[in-house]
Amino acid sequence: MSDQPIIVSASPHVHSDRTAKKLMYDVVIALIPAFLVSLYVFGINALIVTAAAVISCLLFEYLIQKHLLKAEVTIGDGSALITGILLAFNLPAGIPVWMVVVGSLVAIGVAKLSFGGVGYNIFNPALVGRVFLLVSFPVQMTLWPTAVENNTSVVDAVTGATTLGLIKEGVQFGETMSTISASIPSAQEMFLGITSGSLGEMSALALILGGIYLIARKVISWHIPVTVLATIAVMTGVFWWLDPEHYANPLIHVLSGGAILGAFYMATDLVTSPVTKKGMVIFALGIGVITVVIRLFGSYPEGISFAILIMNAFVPLINSYFKPRRFGSRIKAKIM
Amino acid sequence: MLRTFPKGGVHPPENKLTSSKPIKRLPAPKVVYVPISQHIGIPAEIIVDRKDKVEIGQVIAKSGGFVSSNIHAPVAGTVTKLDKIIDTRGYKQQCIVIRTDQKNETNFEEIELPLVTEIKLEPQEILKRISDFGIVGLGGATFPSHVKLNIKKDKKLDCLIINGVECEPYLTADHRLMLEKGGEILVGIRILMQALHVDRAIIGIENNKRDAIENFKKLTSGDPGIQIAALKVKYPQGGEKQLVRALLKREVPKNGLPLDVGVVVHNVGTVFAIYQAVQHNRPLMERVVTVTGKKLKDPSNFWARIGTPISDLLDAVGGIPEDTRKIVSGGPMMGRALKNTDVPVTKGTSGILVISEDEASRGEPRNCIRCGECVDVCPMGLEPHLLMNLSEKGMYEKAAQEDILTCIECGSCSYVCPSHRPLLDYIRFGQTIAKQLESTKG
Repeated sequence: MSDQPIIVSASPHVHSDRTAKKLMYDVVIALIPAFLVSLYVFGINALIVTAAAVISCLLFEYLIQKHLLKAEVTIGDGSALITGILLAFNLPAGIPVWMVVVGSLVAIGVAKLSFGGVGYNIFNPALVGRVFLLVSFPVQMTLWPTAVENNTSVVDAVTGATTLGLIKEGVQFGETMSTISASIPSAQEMFLGITSGSLGEMSALALILGGIYLIARKVISWHIPVTVLATIAVMTGVFWWLDPEHYANPLIHVLSGGAILGAFYMATDLVTSPVTKKGMVIFALGIGVITVVIRLFGSYPEGISFAILIMNAFVPLINSYFKPRRFGSRIKAKIM
Repeated sequence: MLRTFPKGGVHPPENKLTSSKPIKRLPAPKVVYVPISQHIGIPAEIIVDRKDKVEIGQVIAKSGGFVSSNIHAPVAGTVTKLDKIIDTRGYKQQCIVIRTDQKNETNFEEIELPLVTEIKLEPQEILKRISDFGIVGLGGATFPSHVKLNIKKDKKLDCLIINGVECEPYLTADHRLMLEKGGEILVGIRILMQALHVDRAIIGIENNKRDAIENFKKLTSGDPGIQIAALKVKYPQGGEKQLVRALLKREVPKNGLPLDVGVVVHNVGTVFAIYQAVQHNRPLMERVVTVTGKKLKDPSNFWARIGTPISDLLDAVGGIPEDTRKIVSGGPMMGRALKNTDVPVTKGTSGILVISEDEASRGEPRNCIRCGECVDVCPMGLEPHLLMNLSEKGMYEKAAQEDILTCIECGSCSYVCPSHRPLLDYIRFGQTIAKQLESTKG
C-alpha cells in the first residue's frame, strides 16, 4: 500500500464533477456573444468600460479580503469576474472610467463583502453598483452613446435617449405611439442589436443565445427568465391592447430596457434568487410586475434593476414559504 | 416509458465493472470472526464457549429479543476465543472467533443443491424457519426479516415488492444473484407470497441489468402473480420508499412504513436466503460480496462466508493497489470507509470498494452559493443546505421541524454540491441530536 494515509471519511465517497467555479465560468462564456456585439456597436469604449469594471472588481476584492478582512482571498472563484462584467453591461458605454471604479467598489465592498462574501449577500452586487451610480450621477448614467461609425474612435458627446426613454418622454408630451414609433428602432433592429442603451443590452439575440447555453448547461433553469419576460409581456400587452396609442406594444417592452439582460443574467443570480422552482416563479412574477409598474407609472423609463433589487429583499421570505413538498406528506388517496 | 420516482435523485457513473463476472467461491477461510451484532436491533447472545467444537450451521449466538436475530457458525471448527473486534461502522463489539476445521469442512461447491419448487411448509412454519435461521435484510439495512414479516392484524397487505434495483454504483452482487439463481429467487418469492397471503408480487430491476430482466421475464412467463418491472436508472431507487413510489405510485407516509400503503419490500438476496432456509434447511452463513475498484487486478463477485476477514477477499482479487486511499464497505454513496482490512464480512456486507486518490479526496468546502441543487436532488423533499446550517448553529429543534429526521442519508446532496459542502455530515450530526431531544421530550 502507498505511504499516503487511508482516508476515513463519511459517505458519500464520490462527488459529481460540478463545481462552483465551473458554473461561474459558464456564465462568462454565455456573455461572450453579447460582449462581441457591444464591441461592434460601441467600439473601443466597450472594452475600456468592461476591462475597468472587471479589473477594479477583482482588485477591490483582493485588497479588501487580504488587508481589511484579513481573510482568505477568493478572487479566483469567478464571482468577482462576473460582477465586473455584469456591472459593465449595465452601464452606458461612454461612462468615465473613474465612475466605473466607484461602482465596482460599491458592488464588491458594500453589496458583497460587507455581508460576508459570496453566498451571504442579499442583493445582486452588480445591480447595487449600477443603481448607486444611477442615483449619484444621474446625468452621466443616462447619456447613451449612439453606435459609432468608426469602431476604433472614442465616442464623443453624441448621445441619444433609449427606446423607453423616448416613449416615456413622448407620451408625457402628448405624442401618441404612432408618431413616436418613427424615432425608435423597430423590433427587428432591437432584436439584432441596432439600438441604444447600456453596454450589454444591445443584442437580444446574443443575450438569448447565451441564456439558452446556460439553461442547457444546467447553470440556471428556465423558470426565472421565462416568467419575468412573460409577465412583462402579458402586463404590457393588456395595457397596449386597451390603449395602443399611449402604451408601447409588449414586444418593444420585452426587447428594451435591459429586460432580457435582467431576466437571464441578473435575476437568475444563484445567491440572490430563491432555491425552489416554486419560489423562483413567485420571485420572477414580482420582478415582472414591479418592472412594468415603474415603466408605465413611475418616473424612470426602465425599472428592471429596481425591481430585481426589491425582489432580492423578499427572497428569504420566499424561501421560508415556498418549500419543497416533503415525501410522504400527502395523505394517500387510494390503493392502486 | 420506464418508471421511476418523480422527486430528486442523481445519476452517478455506474461503474459496474463486475456485472458480467460469475460469482466465484473461495476456499473456506482459516479463521472467521463472527460479530454478535450484524443486524438492526438487540445484539445476539453468545451461547458457546472457548474450546467448544461447533458444526457448520450450528447456532452460536441466539436472538437477544424480539427485534434481533440468531447467528450461526459459518464453518465447522473450534471456538478459539470470544474477543472484541472493530466492525465496519468503526465500533468495538464482541465476536466469536472460530478456527476452521479444514478436514470436516463441508465444501459447498461439492453439494449441488437442486432447485426445489414445491413448497411444503405452512405459513406459520415458514415464518418460524425464517426467524430461526437468522435471516435479515441483505440489501444493507439488515433488519430482521421475521419482524418485517410479522404483519399486525389491522394492516392490509396487497403486494410484495422484490428489490432487485441495486442502485449503488459498482455493486453487482444482486445482479449476479438474479442471473445465476433466478429460479431459486422465484421460489423464494412464492414462499413469501404464501406466508403473507398475497397474490401479487413485483420485481423491480433497474434498466442497466437487462439480462436479469429478460431472465426473469422468461422464468415467470405464464405466472400472472409475479410481475417484472424495468426501472429507469436513478439513485436512490433502491431505497424502499422510492421503490414503492416508482412501482405503485404510492407514497409511504412521513415516519411510516411500506406496510402503511399495503406493501412489504424484500431484497433479492434476502429472498434467496429465505429459499435456502425453507427448501434446504440452510441457515444464513454466507452472502454474495462484490469486491471492486478501478485499480484492482481482478474485481470479482464472491460467495463469502460470514466472518471472512476482508483482507482475504482483497488478496483474492490481486491485493490492494499502490495508490489506494479509501476502502469502503458497501457502495460509494452510502458505504462506510474502513480504517484497515481486519474487519470481517457480516450479513450486511454487500461489497468492498477500493478507491484511489483521484476519486477519494474531498474538495475544499466553500460558501453555500444557494444554487438549490441539493434541494432539487433530495428524494425526500428536504432542504439540505438549510439543515446543515441549522445543525451547524445548534438549532436542532428547528431542524426537526424542517423534517431532518426523515432524511434517508442517501448522500445525493453532498454528491452534487458545487461548493463541496459536507451536507450529509452535518445532517447526520443534527439528526442524532434531534433524535435525542425527541426521545427525552416524550
